[in-house]
Parts: sequence; structure tokens; C-alpha cells
Amino acid sequence: MKFSHFLTSKKSGILAFFAVFFAFLNASAQNHDHDQQVDSAAIEQAEIGHHESHEEKEFDITSFIFHHIGDSHEFHFWGHGESWTGLYLPVILYTHNGLVCFSAKEFHLNDDGSVVVEKDGMRFARSHGKIYYAAEGAEHGSYVHHEKNAKGEEVVTNLRPIDFSITKNVFTLFLSVAILLLVFLSVAKGYKKREGKAPKGLQSVLEPIIIFVRDDIAKPNLGHKYERYMPYLLTVFFFIWLNNMLGLVPFFPGGANVTGNIAVTMILALFTLLIILFSGNKYYWGHIFNPPVPWWLKPLMIPVEIFGIFTKPFALMIRLFANITAGHILVLSLLCLVFIFKSLAVAPVSVFFVVFIGAIELLVAFIQAFIFTILSALFIGMAIEEHADH
Amino acid sequence: MDLLIPEVGLIFWHTLSFLLLLFLLAKFAWKPVMKAIGERERSIEHALDAAEKAKQEMARLTSENEQLLKEARAERDLILKEAREIKEQLLKDAKDQAQLEGNRMIEKARIEINNQKAIAMADVKNQVSKLSLEIARKVLQQELADKNKQDALVGELLKEVKLN
Repeated sequence: MKFSHFLTSKKSGILAFFAVFFAFLNASAQNHDHDQQVDSAAIEQAEIGHHESHEEKEFDITSFIFHHIGDSHEFHFWGHGESWTGLYLPVILYTHNGLVCFSAKEFHLNDDGSVVVEKDGMRFARSHGKIYYAAEGAEHGSYVHHEKNAKGEEVVTNLRPIDFSITKNVFTLFLSVAILLLVFLSVAKGYKKREGKAPKGLQSVLEPIIIFVRDDIAKPNLGHKYERYMPYLLTVFFFIWLNNMLGLVPFFPGGANVTGNIAVTMILALFTLLIILFSGNKYYWGHIFNPPVPWWLKPLMIPVEIFGIFTKPFALMIRLFANITAGHILVLSLLCLVFIFKSLAVAPVSVFFVVFIGAIELLVAFIQAFIFTILSALFIGMAIEEHADH
Repeated sequence: MDLLIPEVGLIFWHTLSFLLLLFLLAKFAWKPVMKAIGERERSIEHALDAAEKAKQEMARLTSENEQLLKEARAERDLILKEAREIKEQLLKDAKDQAQLEGNRMIEKARIEINNQKAIAMADVKNQVSKLSLEIARKVLQQELADKNKQDALVGELLKEVKLN
């Protein structure tokens, strides 16, 4: 297999992978190009129409925090306005007319729908981090139209292309996959090189953790069949842990809220669910469709049991998402104390609490990875358990 | 609320990259790593077992050696005891014999002494009788001449006797 050879060959192979990946990004870290070719009328209209532009001078903490924990088409390094520095990531859209790719630079950091990008005869505008088909005409300077729905919430009426962009989260995702491959392939090589000998370097750092996953997570919950599920448990553990930790790094390439994104936790929980469903034995299914209760309770219990199949991974999804997102919100809120009190004197308190919570988050990063893994193992273990007494 | 709505793009990329990661790590990392760790643990266990066995073997040998040593010591003690007994016996025998010999010699000496004494006594008796006779003869001769002279003679003779 050509591909496997490429990955197992050497570190240089993986570095080459990085190089190709960055070339593919088609974007470079540079100061925001001031020489924008934006429709000047649109900007004017935006300034007139958007009352927010005035209020934005007042620091909007909620939108600041939600912007940070959300996804983005740019990787922001530092600076604001003209001195904005960051990485423009590639936008990939699946539209009515097929795939469309362009750099996020073409939006000129615009996020209120006033900048239109034309590609393949289609026009796109971005509002609150989402890309829409731009409307024919501007409404309050924005090509994204809002409408109040029955509940009185503002909803966008524009249609959306399916957004396969390499966003900040996707970028970090790829980065973490690359780091994990780099680390564990080199560790695996260490085992081949020093066969049967004591571990060394990175290997000796990670071996206790691998053994911890095996002896404290897999074996107690899965019994003698643990070996089959070790690859999944180890991968999920290290994936979540690394991404939790990357999320705590406040600057590039960290800072993305990957494990605090519902899509990521949903897929991870879905993998656990699929493993449970595919490895469930006759006792597991028997317990669901023929629960050991009096016959008249069965009509009640069977739906409950079926519901129970889905609540377990659902809880996994929500737990990880909520914990990591809450951590990010907490740290950012503490940092924003200065803006809330409008006083620099709060800064030491703020910094103290941020450091304190940061230390706790470091622990949480590990604990959440551990909990996700051990609960996955527990649920799988419940599905493969042999009942001699039934 | 955008926070709670999963984005299709991220779902797609995450599924793809996680499956790829899972596949690659399972094939090229976890399999060799778990195998290596398992094998090393087994080899360590074997080594420990072997060490335990060697220890038991050593203990067995040691106890055997001790047993041998004990037996040897007991035998030595026995030999020494016997030797001592023999020595004592020999000494006792020698002493007895010496005693016997000594007694015999003493007896012999006593008999010899008695014999010599008897001879000496006989000789002394002989001489005393001779001397007595001589004295008697001389006294009688002196008495015959002078009473005083006789006395002086007797005295003189007696002195002579003493000198002898």
C-alpha cells in the first residue's frame, strides 16, 4: 500500500504531509489587506443601517465569548481592524452548481452579510460565521435577510450552501490528527527498535498512560474481551485529551474549541453507539426487547429500554460538549471582568482566577477524556457482558 | 443557540479524520504497541517466575547443604567423642597398668627392703653379740685387775662402741 508506506516511512513523510497541507490552505498569515475592493455603497449602507456599529464600541462580552468558542473561517492571531493578523482558511462550499472553493480572505473579515463574493455565477455573503447565498439586493446594507419567525426570533431567510470549509475547528482537528499520528507512530517505532527493552523518551511518558487506559479503563469494564476495543478507546482518549489541551492554549495553533463543539462530540458519541450496537450480544438485545419484568410492564419497559440505547451516547455527547464549552466560557468571562467593571484594578483578580481556573481546566481536560473513555468502555462492557444466570 | 446545532461540514471532516486516525493508529501504532507491551509484560513475568524458581532452587540447595553440613558436624562430633573415649580408655588403662606395675614394684622393693633389713639386723645382731662378747671379755679382764680400771675400761669401751 503506497499510502501506508508514506505514513510509516519517516518523520519527514509526516512533515511533507504538513507542507502539502499548508500549501493547500492557500492562505498566508499576513496583515489584513486594507486595499479592499468592497462595494463602497454597501459599506455606507452598512454604516447607516447597522445600529450595532455604534454599540460595538461598547465591548459586547457575550458576542466576544461566543465568537471565541464558535467556529470561524479565519484563524485569528492578534490585532483588530487594520492590524488584524491571522490565517485565512479555505472556504469549500457544496452549492447548487457543485463544489466552490475560495479563500476566506475574499470576505474581508466581514461578518454581517454586507460583502458579497461572486464565484461560478453564484453570490455568497457571510453573516455570524455562516455563509449564505446572497440576496439580490441589500437590506440595511446586508445581503442576508432576516425575518421574525412565529416565536419572535430573528431567522435568516437566505438559503445556505453546504459548508465544507476548512474552518478553525477543522484545521485544529487536522492538526491534532497529525500530532497524534506523529507521536504514536514514533512511539510504535520505539517499541520496534527497542524490542523487549525498557521504554525511553516519549515512549516512557506515554506508556504509563496507555497502560492506565488498558488496566483502569478497558480491563475492569470489558473483561477478557478488552483487546478488541483497545484501539478505539486509546484513540478516543488521546484524541479528546489532546484537543482539550489544545483548546486551552490561548494562541495559534491552539484556542479552537474542538471538543467543545457539539458536532465533534456527537460524532464521537455516535462511534461509541455504533460499537455498542454492533458488539451487543443476545443478552443485551434480550434485555431490551424482552426485559425481565412482569408481562404487563413490558409495553412500558420496551420503549424505555429502546430510548435508553440512545440516552447513553447522548449523555456522552452533552457531557463533553458542556464541560469544555463551560470551561472556555468561564476563562473568557474572567478575562472580561476588566470590561465588566471598567477598571484596570480588577486585572490582578482576573488574572489570578484565570490562572486558577486554567489549572483546573488542565485537570478537566484529562478527566473529561477519561470519563468519555471509561463510560464508552462501560457501555460497551454492558453490551457484551455474558449472563450465565439468565 | 448556534452552539447547539452541529455543522455539516465539521461533522463530515471530523468523521473522516477520526476514522482515518482510528484506522492508522490501530494498524500502525496500537497494534505493535499493545503487542510489545504485552510481550514485555509476559517476558517480565517469565523472568520473575524464573527468578522465583531459581530462588527456590537456591533455598533447596542451601537447605541440602545445611543438612549435609549438619550431618558432617554430627559425624565429626561422634568421631571426636569416640576418640575422646578411646583416649580416656587408653589413659585409664595406662594408669591402671602403671598403678599395677608401681604396686608390684613397691611390693618388690618392700620385700627387698625387708630382706635387706633382715640381713642387716642379722648382721647387727651378730656384731652386737660379738661386741658384747668382746666387751664382756674385756670387762672381765679389767675387773680382774682393778675395780676402777675396770669401770674406766667399761666406760672407754662404751665410748668406743659409740664411735663405731
